[in-house]
Amino acid sequence: MTQQAAAQRLEQFLGRVPYVRFLGMRAELAGDEMTAILPFAPHLIGNMVLPALHGGVIGAFMEMTALAQLSVIAPSAKVHKTIDITIEYLRPGKAMTMYARADVRKVGRQIANVHVEAWQEARDKPAAALRGHFLLSGS
Amino acid sequence: MTITPEALRDAARHMVETVPQASALGFKLISVEPSRGSIFTPWREELVGDPDTGVIAGGVITALLDHVCGLAVTSRSLEGGFLSTATLDLRIDYMRPAAPRADVTANAHCYKLTRNIAFVRAHAFDADPEDPIATAQAAFILKRAAP
Repeated sequence: MTQQAAAQRLEQFLGRVPYVRFLGMRAELAGDEMTAILPFAPHLIGNMVLPALHGGVIGAFMEMTALAQLSVIAPSAKVHKTIDITIEYLRPGKAMTMYARADVRKVGRQIANVHVEAWQEARDKPAAALRGHFLLSGS
Repeated sequence: MTITPEALRDAARHMVETVPQASALGFKLISVEPSRGSIFTPWREELVGDPDTGVIAGGVITALLDHVCGLAVTSRSLEGGFLSTATLDLRIDYMRPAAPRADVTANAHCYKLTRNIAFVRAHAFDADPEDPIATAQAAFILKRAAP
């Protein structure tokens, strides 16, 4: 797979899902490794006192990161479906940009197992992590 | 410390309808009582996760389930004098996609509160509560007010 094909698949995924635009999420590719980026926006706040990002936003961002990475390495005309996710919250999400990377542990015939980690200021101080199973749509 | 149903409802409405992300998603409070809460999310084009079908995004369900779990914990812990809560972990099982262009409702029950931790279950559905779209199991840490 060329870098160009990977970039096209990713752009296609990010561009066609309305909820990705609602979050304001984008992504960058280095080879087939993707970094998802969630720039801070006021509508993402879940706690006005701290202020902190909404936990559901962080979970959703990591879930969309997994689906975006899968769109690159397991391309399909249809959107893959989430079966289950387990989200671990490690630190409050500050009112600043969040990043995430997906580690696709296995792509089987039907199921993909994906781990995601999200961070803000430092990669080694993750804000949250996700483990999920995804049902692959046929290509 | 006890809280009147009216005060509880006001606090819950604030949590469900004025928190920026909750308001951006269009959350509406359906009901609240100590340890239980229910929130409604109207379908909108910009919340769609699959443009082929018009089904609401899994991420919206995730945010809704996290929020309704938080509501159930807060509604119970308000009586216990807790300052705030934070999600420790959240597990979500997606049983099926919502129907195309369907609104989604979520109900949560905080079934156990220890000194430090709250345990919650929730489920989201479009038409029939007995036919859920997704179920959630969560643990929250409770931050107590200083004595």
